Amino acid sequence: MREITFNQALNEVFHEEMDRDPTVFIIGEDIGEHWGGPFGQFQGLFEKYGARRIRETPISETAILGAAIGAAATGMRPIAAMMFADFLGVCGDELLNQLQMRYMFGGKLKLPLTILASIGAGASAAAQHSKSIYGWLMAIKGLKIVVPSTPYDARGLLKSAIRDDNPVIFLTHKMLGGRRTSQVPDEEYLIPLGEADIKREGSDVTVVATALMVRRALAAAEKLQEKGISIELVDPRTLVPLDKQTIIESVKKTGRLVVFSEEPWTGSFAAEVAAVAAEEAFDFLDAPVKRVCAPDTPVPFSPVLEKFWMPDEEDLIKAVTQIV
Amino acid sequence: MGGNTMEIAREKLIDMFRTMVRIRTFEERVSREFAAGKIPGFVHLYIGEEATATGACANLRPDDYITSTHRGHGHLIAKGGRTDLMMAELFGRKTGYCKGKGGSMHIADADIGILGANGIVGGGITIAGGAALSAQMGETDRVVICFLGDGASNRGTFHEAVNLAACWNLPVVYLIENNLYAEKTHISDTSRVTNLADRASAYGIPDVTVDGNDVIAVYEAVGEAIARAKRGEGPTLVECKTYRWHGHYEGDPQTYKPDDEVKEWKKKDPIPAFRTRLIEMGVLTEEDAVEIEKEIDDEIEKAVQFAEESPFPSPEETLEDVFV
Repeated sequence: MREITFNQALNEVFHEEMDRDPTVFIIGEDIGEHWGGPFGQFQGLFEKYGARRIRETPISETAILGAAIGAAATGMRPIAAMMFADFLGVCGDELLNQLQMRYMFGGKLKLPLTILASIGAGASAAAQHSKSIYGWLMAIKGLKIVVPSTPYDARGLLKSAIRDDNPVIFLTHKMLGGRRTSQVPDEEYLIPLGEADIKREGSDVTVVATALMVRRALAAAEKLQEKGISIELVDPRTLVPLDKQTIIESVKKTGRLVVFSEEPWTGSFAAEVAAVAAEEAFDFLDAPVKRVCAPDTPVPFSPVLEKFWMPDEEDLIKAVTQIV
Repeated sequence: MGGNTMEIAREKLIDMFRTMVRIRTFEERVSREFAAGKIPGFVHLYIGEEATATGACANLRPDDYITSTHRGHGHLIAKGGRTDLMMAELFGRKTGYCKGKGGSMHIADADIGILGANGIVGGGITIAGGAALSAQMGETDRVVICFLGDGASNRGTFHEAVNLAACWNLPVVYLIENNLYAEKTHISDTSRVTNLADRASAYGIPDVTVDGNDVIAVYEAVGEAIARAKRGEGPTLVECKTYRWHGHYEGDPQTYKPDDEVKEWKKKDPIPAFRTRLIEMGVLTEEDAVEIEKEIDDEIEKAVQFAEESPFPSPEETLEDVFV
């Protein structure tokens, strides 16, 4: 076992998968010799694989994602590095319409493509560099969505994402990248897409959380334990496909559900999970389903405002104590 | 009619004639079947522009790629698409190219390099770059023709994709079919550039403007562009000036087109001009030409019969082909 950060986990996977499969390449802005990406996740790749497989582009998100789609449709296995998830708005057509090639063409081709994007508030990066857009992405059909919360998960999930024959978007929270560490085994492992992980077992309330909110939920769970409230924390790890079974089983056990998600309420991933529980576990619920989300506003800049905007431990503790 | 026809093999010339007749006959039949209510949705017909797709694709091998547009039937037929499978798709049948999931705007055949018609104007331009990247990274001598209209040349995708392809010397030919109208708006209202090929200078790539109704001129101009691409010298912008006889969509009353303009362009019908020329050259006799026209009539008749006799997909097939 050894301890690695999130960004190390990603970097190692890029090296290993590019060694393993010559059709894997990375395309994006500033991923080459001068920067290695804003979070350092691409360091050392240009030196090893050169400009042929580390395709550093102009500031052209539309051309990047379009080229990745075209390359995937013709036998390559591209990784499109979009930097901030907010920039996906630039290539809205490619994401919303062109990725649906497989379905539109009657299943006649596959698009083995991974899209990387950084999500999340907490860095005072304001409205155009902080969004998590889960609900927006979930509205796109034919796209798998991965949101790891630990370096261990990131390592295993990214391998599965790259090897998947479908378009997969892999979202990393910018406040986890260089800070959070995990113990990882020396040998290779993959984590299948579509399997939730129970990050903490408990008996009173099920909390569903992703990315940075998993960390905050764990801290909240410690405090709630002191009050005698036992939290079961479910990290879905992939929003699509969603492991409904694990969530429902947990709700059946605890009878209570709080969805803790860093995104505005309306049209959110949290809304989807709440609906799943209402439809499929209603008879087991002992209290109303609660959502702890951000307000229906863009992400603000000033640390004071941003802190208010982000769901935190206290918000979660308050919601849990309201229903037990 | 320009070009040195004598240098082109007899079989190639006859093939080009056959392809133009096939496109015209297919499209006229689609127009009738649409008017009769047998084809759901929208169709955008290529009548009048046959020489452009035919001359361009006559340079391609089956393993070369094209990206097409919402007005794509002509491109697909010129690239070798089967008219029976196309017709069945237009009729929404299970036997169609996309099993009834795509319709007119999403027909594709990856086995012969057709990366799809596209319902989004300018949607294929970035995808073409990705296919060209595959060709380049795979060290093949494959090339891509990216068909786009005058309307699409005003999309941002055009700028991003052509610039990227120029930076990387990608083996792609951007072919603008300037048929004067973007939907219902004349090009003079949407661009101050008269020859759209002039935009090439902004990207530092060569350009050529040709008579898009002269199949030989198109064949030769695109042939030179392809030779350049295969030498590793990157993209070329080819503008083919042509005219759309039908409306933007079937049913469009076309009140925006001056009568004189329509008359002038109908005099420049590419098919009779080429037919006469081939007969004068002794490549075809009148009897040969009639025989080809009859063969194609039979083919399209059979395509319609195949479509009409084919079953619809079962409703549950809606759920298939989202993911691999």
